[in-house]
Amino acid sequence: MSVTTLLHIDGRPVRVKAGSSVAAALHVNGGMGVARTSVTGEPRAPFCGMGVCQECRVRVDGRRMLACQTVCAEGMQVETSA
Amino acid sequence: MDADVIVIGAGIVGAACAHALAQAGRRVLVLDARIGGATGAGMGHLVVMDDNPAELALSSHSTAQWRALAPRMSKDCAYSACGTLWIAANEEEMAEAERKQQRLRAHGIESRLLDGAALARAEPALRNGLAGALEVPGDGILYAPNAARWLLAQGGDSVRIEHAKVDAIADDGTLRLADGSRRTASQIVLANGIEATALCPELPIRPKKGHLLITDRYPDTVHHQLVELGYVTSAHHSDGDSVAFNVQPRPTGQLLIGSSRQFDTTDPAVEAPILARMLQRALDYLPGLADLTAVRSWTGMRAATPNGLPLLGKHPWREKLWLAVGHEGLGVTTAPGSAHLLAALMNGIDPEFDEAPYAPRGLLETA
Repeated sequence: MSVTTLLHIDGRPVRVKAGSSVAAALHVNGGMGVARTSVTGEPRAPFCGMGVCQECRVRVDGRRMLACQTVCAEGMQVETSA
Repeated sequence: MDADVIVIGAGIVGAACAHALAQAGRRVLVLDARIGGATGAGMGHLVVMDDNPAELALSSHSTAQWRALAPRMSKDCAYSACGTLWIAANEEEMAEAERKQQRLRAHGIESRLLDGAALARAEPALRNGLAGALEVPGDGILYAPNAARWLLAQGGDSVRIEHAKVDAIADDGTLRLADGSRRTASQIVLANGIEATALCPELPIRPKKGHLLITDRYPDTVHHQLVELGYVTSAHHSDGDSVAFNVQPRPTGQLLIGSSRQFDTTDPAVEAPILARMLQRALDYLPGLADLTAVRSWTGMRAATPNGLPLLGKHPWREKLWLAVGHEGLGVTTAPGSAHLLAALMNGIDPEFDEAPYAPRGLLETA
Protein backbone atom coordinates (compact mmCIF):
# COMPACT_ATOMS: atom_id res chain seq x y z
CA MET A 1 0.00 0.00 0.00
CA SER A 2 1.29 3.42 -0.91
CA VAL A 3 2.22 5.71 1.97
CA THR A 4 1.20 8.77 -0.01
CA THR A 5 -1.98 9.84 -1.76
CA LEU A 6 -2.16 11.85 -4.96
CA LEU A 7 -5.11 14.22 -5.39
CA HIS A 8 -5.82 17.30 -7.45
CA ILE A 9 -6.58 20.72 -6.02
CA ASP A 10 -8.02 23.04 -8.65
CA GLY A 11 -6.41 20.77 -11.25
CA ARG A 12 -2.97 20.85 -9.66
CA PRO A 13 -1.53 17.50 -8.49
CA VAL A 14 -0.72 17.41 -4.78
CA ARG A 15 0.92 14.47 -2.99
CA VAL A 16 0.24 14.09 0.74
CA LYS A 17 0.86 11.50 3.43
CA ALA A 18 -1.84 8.81 3.34
CA GLY A 19 -4.62 9.55 5.81
CA SER A 20 -4.19 13.34 5.55
CA SER A 21 -7.26 15.55 5.58
CA VAL A 22 -8.13 17.69 2.58
CA ALA A 23 -7.48 20.70 4.86
CA ALA A 24 -3.89 19.50 5.26
CA ALA A 25 -3.62 19.03 1.49
CA LEU A 26 -4.82 22.62 0.97
CA HIS A 27 -2.00 23.76 3.24
CA VAL A 28 0.57 21.65 1.37
CA ASN A 29 -0.78 23.04 -1.90
CA GLY A 30 -0.37 26.69 -1.07
CA GLY A 31 0.71 28.24 2.18
CA MET A 32 -2.38 29.65 3.82
CA GLY A 33 -4.57 26.74 2.77
CA VAL A 34 -7.31 28.91 1.36
CA ALA A 35 -10.48 26.87 0.91
CA ARG A 36 -12.82 29.38 -0.68
CA THR A 37 -13.59 33.07 -0.91
CA SER A 38 -16.39 34.87 0.92
CA VAL A 39 -19.09 36.73 -1.00
CA THR A 40 -16.99 39.88 -0.63
CA GLY A 41 -13.98 38.10 -2.17
CA GLU A 42 -12.13 37.60 1.09
CA PRO A 43 -9.99 34.42 1.24
CA ARG A 44 -11.18 31.93 3.86
CA ALA A 45 -9.15 29.11 5.40
CA PRO A 46 -9.75 26.28 7.88
CA PHE A 47 -10.20 27.85 11.31
CA CYS A 48 -11.55 25.37 13.83
CA GLY A 49 -10.38 22.19 12.14
CA MET A 50 -13.23 20.19 13.70
CA GLY A 51 -16.25 20.71 11.47
CA VAL A 52 -17.86 23.63 13.25
CA CYS A 53 -16.68 26.88 11.67
CA GLN A 54 -17.66 25.91 8.10
CA GLU A 55 -14.82 28.04 6.72
CA CYS A 56 -13.13 25.17 4.83
CA ARG A 57 -15.98 24.30 2.45
CA VAL A 58 -14.70 22.87 -0.84
CA ARG A 59 -16.15 20.80 -3.65
CA VAL A 60 -14.81 17.24 -3.59
CA ASP A 61 -15.60 15.16 -6.68
CA GLY A 62 -18.56 17.46 -7.31
CA ARG A 63 -19.98 17.41 -3.78
CA ARG A 64 -19.79 20.10 -1.11
CA MET A 65 -17.60 18.88 1.76
CA LEU A 66 -15.71 20.29 4.74
CA ALA A 67 -11.98 19.98 3.99
CA CYS A 68 -11.16 19.36 7.65
CA GLN A 69 -13.62 16.44 7.85
CA THR A 70 -12.63 14.75 4.58
CA VAL A 71 -9.74 12.29 4.23
CA CYS A 72 -7.78 12.47 0.99
CA ALA A 73 -8.40 9.62 -1.45
CA GLU A 74 -6.38 8.67 -4.50
CA GLY A 75 -7.38 10.69 -7.57
CA MET A 76 -9.73 12.98 -5.62
CA GLN A 77 -10.65 16.24 -7.40
CA VAL A 78 -10.89 19.21 -5.04
CA GLU A 79 -12.19 22.60 -6.22
CA THR A 80 -11.81 25.66 -4.02
CA SER A 81 -13.47 28.18 -6.32
CA ALA A 82 -17.00 26.76 -6.02
CA MET B 1 -25.91 65.68 23.70
CA ASP B 2 -29.17 66.41 25.48
CA ALA B 3 -31.66 64.08 23.88
CA ASP B 4 -35.30 64.90 23.24
CA VAL B 5 -36.12 61.21 23.04
CA ILE B 6 -34.44 58.06 24.37
CA VAL B 7 -35.06 54.86 22.41
CA ILE B 8 -34.40 51.60 24.29
CA GLY B 9 -33.26 48.96 21.80
CA ALA B 10 -31.21 49.26 18.59
CA GLY B 11 -32.85 46.40 16.72
CA ILE B 12 -34.79 47.05 13.54
CA VAL B 13 -37.77 48.59 15.35
CA GLY B 14 -35.70 50.85 17.63
CA ALA B 15 -33.52 51.87 14.67
CA ALA B 16 -36.57 52.70 12.54
CA CYS B 17 -38.07 54.74 15.41
CA ALA B 18 -34.80 56.65 15.90
CA HIS B 19 -34.66 57.27 12.15
CA ALA B 20 -38.26 58.56 11.97
CA LEU B 21 -37.81 60.75 15.06
CA ALA B 22 -34.55 62.23 13.73
CA GLN B 23 -36.34 62.99 10.46
CA ALA B 24 -38.95 64.83 12.51
CA GLY B 25 -36.16 67.01 13.96
CA ARG B 26 -35.68 65.26 17.31
CA ARG B 27 -32.34 64.57 18.97
CA VAL B 28 -32.36 60.87 19.79
CA LEU B 29 -30.30 58.81 22.22
CA VAL B 30 -30.46 55.06 21.54
CA LEU B 31 -29.59 52.73 24.43
CA ASP B 32 -28.80 49.16 23.47
CA ALA B 33 -27.74 46.36 25.82
CA ARG B 34 -26.12 44.39 22.98
CA ILE B 35 -28.02 41.27 23.98
CA GLY B 36 -29.23 40.69 20.43
CA GLY B 37 -32.79 39.75 19.60
CA ALA B 38 -35.17 38.94 16.80
CA THR B 39 -33.47 41.34 14.36
CA GLY B 40 -30.32 39.23 14.34
CA ALA B 41 -32.07 35.87 14.52
CA GLY B 42 -34.83 36.27 11.92
CA MET B 43 -35.17 35.88 8.17
CA GLY B 44 -35.39 39.56 7.21
CA HIS B 45 -38.44 39.16 5.03
CA LEU B 46 -40.51 42.14 3.87
CA VAL B 47 -43.90 40.65 3.30
CA VAL B 48 -47.43 42.00 3.13
CA MET B 49 -49.63 40.04 5.56
CA ASP B 50 -53.40 40.31 5.44
CA ASP B 51 -54.77 38.21 8.29
CA ASN B 52 -56.69 41.27 9.43
CA PRO B 53 -57.11 44.86 8.14
CA ALA B 54 -54.73 46.33 10.73
CA GLU B 55 -51.92 43.94 9.83
CA LEU B 56 -52.51 44.67 6.15
CA ALA B 57 -52.41 48.45 6.70
CA LEU B 58 -49.21 48.27 8.75
CA SER B 59 -47.36 45.77 6.55
CA SER B 60 -48.32 47.37 3.23
CA HIS B 61 -47.39 50.88 4.45
CA SER B 62 -44.08 49.42 5.68
CA THR B 63 -43.13 47.47 2.55
CA ALA B 64 -43.81 50.61 0.49
CA GLN B 65 -41.42 52.52 2.77
CA TRP B 66 -38.76 49.80 2.39
CA ARG B 67 -39.07 49.97 -1.41
CA ALA B 68 -38.60 53.74 -1.23
CA LEU B 69 -35.53 53.39 1.03
CA ALA B 70 -33.97 50.50 -0.91
CA PRO B 71 -32.19 52.51 -3.66
CA ARG B 72 -30.30 54.49 -1.00
CA MET B 73 -29.51 51.58 1.32
CA SER B 74 -25.92 50.35 1.61
CA LYS B 75 -25.08 47.21 -0.33
CA ASP B 76 -24.46 45.21 2.84
CA CYS B 77 -28.15 45.60 3.74
CA ALA B 78 -28.58 42.96 1.01
CA TYR B 79 -31.98 44.21 -0.09
CA SER B 80 -33.50 42.00 -2.78
CA ALA B 81 -36.84 42.58 -4.51
CA CYS B 82 -37.47 38.85 -4.88
CA GLY B 83 -41.21 38.97 -4.20
CA THR B 84 -43.17 36.26 -2.43
CA LEU B 85 -44.87 33.18 -3.87
CA TRP B 86 -47.69 31.96 -1.64
CA ILE B 87 -47.82 28.29 -2.62
CA ALA B 88 -51.16 26.51 -2.94
CA ALA B 89 -50.76 22.76 -2.49
CA ASN B 90 -54.32 21.86 -3.52
CA GLU B 91 -57.55 23.33 -4.88
CA GLU B 92 -58.75 24.48 -1.45
CA GLU B 93 -55.56 26.47 -0.99
CA MET B 94 -55.87 27.80 -4.55
CA ALA B 95 -59.31 29.14 -3.61
CA GLU B 96 -57.62 30.79 -0.60
CA ALA B 97 -55.01 32.28 -2.97
CA GLU B 98 -57.85 33.86 -4.95
CA ARG B 99 -59.44 35.28 -1.80
CA LYS B 100 -56.04 36.60 -0.77
CA GLN B 101 -55.65 38.30 -4.12
CA GLN B 102 -59.04 39.99 -3.67
CA ARG B 103 -58.05 41.28 -0.23
CA LEU B 104 -54.73 42.61 -1.56
CA ARG B 105 -56.38 44.15 -4.62
CA ALA B 106 -58.92 45.95 -2.41
CA HIS B 107 -55.92 47.52 -0.68
CA GLY B 108 -54.22 48.45 -3.96
CA ILE B 109 -51.48 45.81 -3.73
CA GLU B 110 -50.32 44.18 -6.92
CA SER B 111 -50.38 40.39 -7.15
CA ARG B 112 -50.69 37.68 -9.78
CA LEU B 113 -52.22 34.18 -9.74
CA LEU B 114 -50.09 31.39 -11.19
CA ASP B 115 -51.60 28.04 -12.13
CA GLY B 116 -49.68 24.82 -11.51
CA ALA B 117 -47.82 24.96 -14.83
CA ALA B 118 -46.85 28.63 -14.42
CA LEU B 119 -45.62 27.89 -10.89
CA ALA B 120 -43.49 24.99 -12.16
CA ARG B 121 -41.93 27.32 -14.75
CA ALA B 122 -41.29 30.03 -12.15
CA GLU B 123 -39.76 27.66 -9.58
CA PRO B 124 -38.66 24.37 -11.19
CA ALA B 125 -37.25 23.08 -7.89
CA LEU B 126 -40.74 22.76 -6.36
CA ARG B 127 -42.29 19.29 -6.38
CA ASN B 128 -44.73 18.34 -9.12
CA GLY B 129 -48.46 18.54 -8.64
CA LEU B 130 -48.85 21.80 -6.73
CA ALA B 131 -52.05 23.66 -7.53
CA GLY B 132 -50.50 27.09 -8.08
CA ALA B 133 -49.48 30.22 -6.25
CA LEU B 134 -50.15 33.87 -5.63
CA GLU B 135 -47.16 36.03 -6.51
CA VAL B 136 -46.71 39.31 -4.60
CA PRO B 137 -43.92 41.11 -6.49
CA GLY B 138 -43.65 44.06 -4.09
CA ASP B 139 -42.30 41.89 -1.25
CA GLY B 140 -38.58 41.56 -0.66
CA ILE B 141 -35.85 40.57 1.77
CA LEU B 142 -32.94 42.29 3.49
CA TYR B 143 -30.23 41.60 6.05
CA ALA B 144 -31.81 43.17 9.10
CA PRO B 145 -28.79 43.76 11.40
CA ASN B 146 -27.10 45.88 8.73
CA ALA B 147 -30.36 47.59 7.79
CA ALA B 148 -30.77 48.60 11.47
CA ARG B 149 -27.24 50.04 11.55
CA TRP B 150 -27.88 51.85 8.27
CA LEU B 151 -31.11 53.40 9.58
CA LEU B 152 -29.30 54.63 12.71
CA ALA B 153 -26.46 56.08 10.62
CA GLN B 154 -28.95 58.09 8.51
CA GLY B 155 -29.68 60.21 11.58
CA GLY B 156 -26.18 61.74 11.48
CA ASP B 157 -25.56 63.94 14.52
CA SER B 158 -29.21 63.68 15.52
CA VAL B 159 -28.88 60.05 16.60
CA ARG B 160 -26.38 58.92 19.23
CA ILE B 161 -25.97 55.30 20.31
CA GLU B 162 -24.82 54.23 23.73
CA HIS B 163 -24.18 50.61 24.64
CA ALA B 164 -25.90 50.36 27.98
CA LYS B 165 -28.42 48.13 29.69
CA VAL B 166 -31.47 49.76 31.22
CA ASP B 167 -32.24 48.12 34.57
CA ALA B 168 -35.40 50.00 35.48
CA ILE B 169 -37.81 52.71 34.40
CA ALA B 170 -38.82 54.86 37.39
CA ASP B 171 -42.36 56.18 37.81
CA ASP B 172 -41.24 59.63 36.63
CA GLY B 173 -39.73 58.14 33.45
CA THR B 174 -36.11 58.26 34.63
CA LEU B 175 -34.02 55.34 33.35
CA ARG B 176 -31.62 53.57 35.69
CA LEU B 177 -28.74 51.90 33.85
CA ALA B 178 -26.81 48.79 34.89
CA ASP B 179 -23.77 50.92 35.77
CA GLY B 180 -25.87 52.88 38.27
CA SER B 181 -26.11 56.05 36.18
CA ARG B 182 -29.38 57.61 35.07
CA ARG B 183 -30.74 58.99 31.81
CA THR B 184 -33.80 61.03 31.18
CA ALA B 185 -35.60 62.73 28.30
CA SER B 186 -39.05 64.14 27.82
CA GLN B 187 -40.10 61.00 25.89
CA ILE B 188 -38.91 57.39 26.15
CA VAL B 189 -39.56 54.71 23.49
CA LEU B 190 -39.47 51.07 24.56
CA ALA B 191 -38.40 49.09 21.48
CA ASN B 192 -36.42 46.17 22.90
CA GLY B 193 -38.64 43.32 21.73
CA ILE B 194 -38.75 40.28 23.95
CA GLU B 195 -36.71 42.06 26.66
CA ALA B 196 -39.51 44.61 27.17
CA THR B 197 -41.28 42.60 29.87
CA ALA B 198 -38.20 42.83 32.10
CA LEU B 199 -38.85 46.60 32.34
CA CYS B 200 -42.67 46.46 32.00
CA PRO B 201 -43.93 43.13 33.34
CA GLU B 202 -47.51 44.22 32.66
CA LEU B 203 -47.04 43.94 28.88
CA PRO B 204 -48.87 40.94 27.37
CA ILE B 205 -45.84 39.65 25.45
CA ARG B 206 -44.76 35.99 25.33
CA PRO B 207 -41.71 34.49 23.67
CA LYS B 208 -42.46 32.37 20.60
CA LYS B 209 -39.41 30.35 19.68
CA GLY B 210 -38.38 29.77 16.08
CA HIS B 211 -35.74 27.64 14.36
CA LEU B 212 -33.90 28.57 11.17
CA LEU B 213 -31.36 26.76 9.06
CA ILE B 214 -29.10 28.09 6.30
CA THR B 215 -27.47 26.12 3.51
CA ASP B 216 -24.23 26.52 1.65
CA ARG B 217 -24.39 28.56 -1.56
CA TYR B 218 -26.56 27.13 -4.34
CA PRO B 219 -27.35 30.10 -6.60
CA ASP B 220 -30.51 30.02 -8.74
CA THR B 221 -32.08 27.08 -6.91
CA VAL B 222 -35.00 29.28 -5.83
CA HIS B 223 -35.93 32.74 -7.11
CA HIS B 224 -38.71 34.03 -4.85
CA GLN B 225 -39.39 33.85 -1.17
CA LEU B 226 -41.56 30.73 -0.98
CA VAL B 227 -44.25 30.35 1.67
CA GLU B 228 -46.99 27.76 1.91
CA LEU B 229 -50.50 29.18 2.08
CA GLY B 230 -51.07 26.88 5.04
CA TYR B 231 -48.54 29.14 6.85
CA VAL B 232 -51.30 31.49 7.87
CA THR B 233 -53.15 28.83 9.82
CA SER B 234 -50.04 27.31 11.38
CA ALA B 235 -48.39 30.64 12.23
CA HIS B 236 -51.25 31.92 14.32
CA HIS B 237 -51.86 29.02 16.64
CA SER B 238 -51.65 30.44 20.12
CA ASP B 239 -50.56 27.14 21.64
CA GLY B 240 -48.64 24.05 20.70
CA ASP B 241 -45.73 23.58 18.32
CA SER B 242 -46.10 24.13 14.61
CA VAL B 243 -43.97 24.20 11.48
CA ALA B 244 -44.55 25.72 8.06
CA PHE B 245 -42.72 25.76 4.75
CA ASN B 246 -40.84 29.00 4.20
CA VAL B 247 -37.68 29.21 2.07
CA GLN B 248 -35.85 32.35 1.09
CA PRO B 249 -33.09 32.79 -1.51
CA ARG B 250 -30.34 34.95 0.01
CA PRO B 251 -28.32 37.14 -2.40
CA THR B 252 -25.29 34.98 -1.50
CA GLY B 253 -26.95 31.97 -3.14
CA GLN B 254 -27.66 30.44 0.26
CA LEU B 255 -31.14 29.19 1.14
CA LEU B 256 -32.64 30.23 4.47
CA ILE B 257 -35.15 27.63 5.64
CA GLY B 258 -37.92 28.16 8.21
CA SER B 259 -40.12 28.09 10.06
CA SER B 260 -41.13 26.71 13.46
CA ARG B 261 -43.18 28.13 16.32
CA GLN B 262 -43.09 27.04 19.96
CA PHE B 263 -44.55 28.67 23.05
CA ASP B 264 -43.55 28.38 26.69
CA THR B 265 -39.81 27.95 26.27
CA THR B 266 -36.97 30.42 26.57
CA ASP B 267 -34.28 27.80 25.97
CA PRO B 268 -32.30 28.97 22.91
CA ALA B 269 -31.00 25.46 22.13
CA VAL B 270 -31.61 23.99 18.68
CA GLU B 271 -34.03 21.07 19.21
CA ALA B 272 -33.50 18.23 16.75
CA PRO B 273 -37.12 16.93 16.77
CA ILE B 274 -38.67 20.28 15.81
CA LEU B 275 -35.83 21.09 13.37
CA ALA B 276 -36.43 17.70 11.73
CA ARG B 277 -40.17 18.39 11.43
CA MET B 278 -39.44 21.79 9.90
CA LEU B 279 -37.00 20.34 7.36
CA GLN B 280 -39.37 17.48 6.49
CA ARG B 281 -42.03 20.10 5.76
CA ALA B 282 -39.56 21.94 3.50
CA LEU B 283 -38.70 18.68 1.72
CA ASP B 284 -42.41 18.12 1.01
CA TYR B 285 -42.22 21.21 -1.21
CA LEU B 286 -38.56 21.21 -2.33
CA PRO B 287 -37.36 17.59 -2.49
CA GLY B 288 -33.95 18.65 -3.83
CA LEU B 289 -33.07 20.25 -0.51
CA ALA B 290 -32.11 16.78 0.72
CA ASP B 291 -28.95 16.88 -1.42
CA LEU B 292 -27.80 20.30 -0.21
CA THR B 293 -25.39 20.96 2.63
CA ALA B 294 -26.56 22.90 5.65
CA VAL B 295 -24.08 25.32 7.17
CA ARG B 296 -25.77 26.35 10.41
CA SER B 297 -29.01 26.26 12.36
CA TRP B 298 -30.07 28.53 15.21
CA THR B 299 -33.09 29.77 17.12
CA GLY B 300 -34.65 33.08 18.10
CA MET B 301 -37.53 34.34 20.19
CA ARG B 302 -40.40 36.31 18.66
CA ALA B 303 -42.15 38.79 20.94
CA ALA B 304 -45.77 37.67 20.54
CA THR B 305 -48.88 39.55 21.67
CA PRO B 306 -52.30 37.88 22.16
CA ASN B 307 -53.79 39.31 18.93
CA GLY B 308 -50.63 39.24 16.80
CA LEU B 309 -50.42 43.03 16.44
CA PRO B 310 -47.61 45.14 17.87
CA LEU B 311 -48.20 47.56 20.74
CA LEU B 312 -47.66 51.04 19.31
CA GLY B 313 -48.48 54.17 21.27
CA LYS B 314 -48.40 55.81 24.68
CA HIS B 315 -48.14 53.52 27.68
CA PRO B 316 -51.48 53.85 29.51
CA TRP B 317 -50.06 54.85 32.88
CA ARG B 318 -46.27 55.08 32.80
CA GLU B 319 -44.96 58.63 32.63
CA LYS B 320 -43.20 59.64 29.38
CA LEU B 321 -43.18 56.06 28.07
CA TRP B 322 -44.13 55.07 24.51
CA LEU B 323 -44.27 51.48 23.25
CA ALA B 324 -43.03 49.94 20.01
CA VAL B 325 -42.93 46.27 20.96
CA GLY B 326 -44.62 42.92 20.26
CA HIS B 327 -43.83 42.65 16.54
CA GLU B 328 -43.62 38.87 16.67
CA GLY B 329 -42.21 37.48 13.40
CA LEU B 330 -43.01 40.52 11.30
CA GLY B 331 -40.85 43.22 12.91
CA VAL B 332 -38.43 43.65 10.02
CA THR B 333 -41.36 44.15 7.66
CA THR B 334 -43.34 46.43 9.93
CA ALA B 335 -40.55 48.51 11.49
CA PRO B 336 -40.92 51.53 9.15
CA GLY B 337 -44.71 51.67 9.48
CA SER B 338 -44.47 51.23 13.25
CA ALA B 339 -41.92 54.03 13.42
CA HIS B 340 -44.05 56.30 11.23
CA LEU B 341 -47.10 55.73 13.42
CA LEU B 342 -45.24 56.23 16.69
CA ALA B 343 -43.34 59.33 15.56
CA ALA B 344 -46.58 60.87 14.28
CA LEU B 345 -48.36 60.23 17.60
CA MET B 346 -45.37 61.52 19.61
CA ASN B 347 -45.38 64.70 17.53
CA GLY B 348 -49.15 65.17 17.70
CA ILE B 349 -49.63 64.56 13.96
CA ASP B 350 -52.26 62.30 12.38
CA PRO B 351 -50.57 59.12 11.10
CA GLU B 352 -51.20 57.92 7.55
CA PHE B 353 -53.29 54.98 8.82
CA ASP B 354 -55.52 54.36 11.83
CA GLU B 355 -53.57 53.94 15.07
CA ALA B 356 -56.43 52.46 17.10
CA PRO B 357 -55.80 48.72 16.46
CA TYR B 358 -52.27 48.94 17.89
CA ALA B 359 -53.10 51.14 20.89
CA PRO B 360 -51.58 49.63 24.05
CA ARG B 361 -54.58 50.51 26.23
CA GLY B 362 -56.95 47.99 24.74
CA LEU B 363 -54.49 45.14 24.96
CA LEU B 364 -53.51 45.82 28.53
CA GLU B 365 -57.15 45.77 29.61
CA THR B 366 -57.79 42.40 28.00
CA ALA B 367 -54.49 40.84 29.10
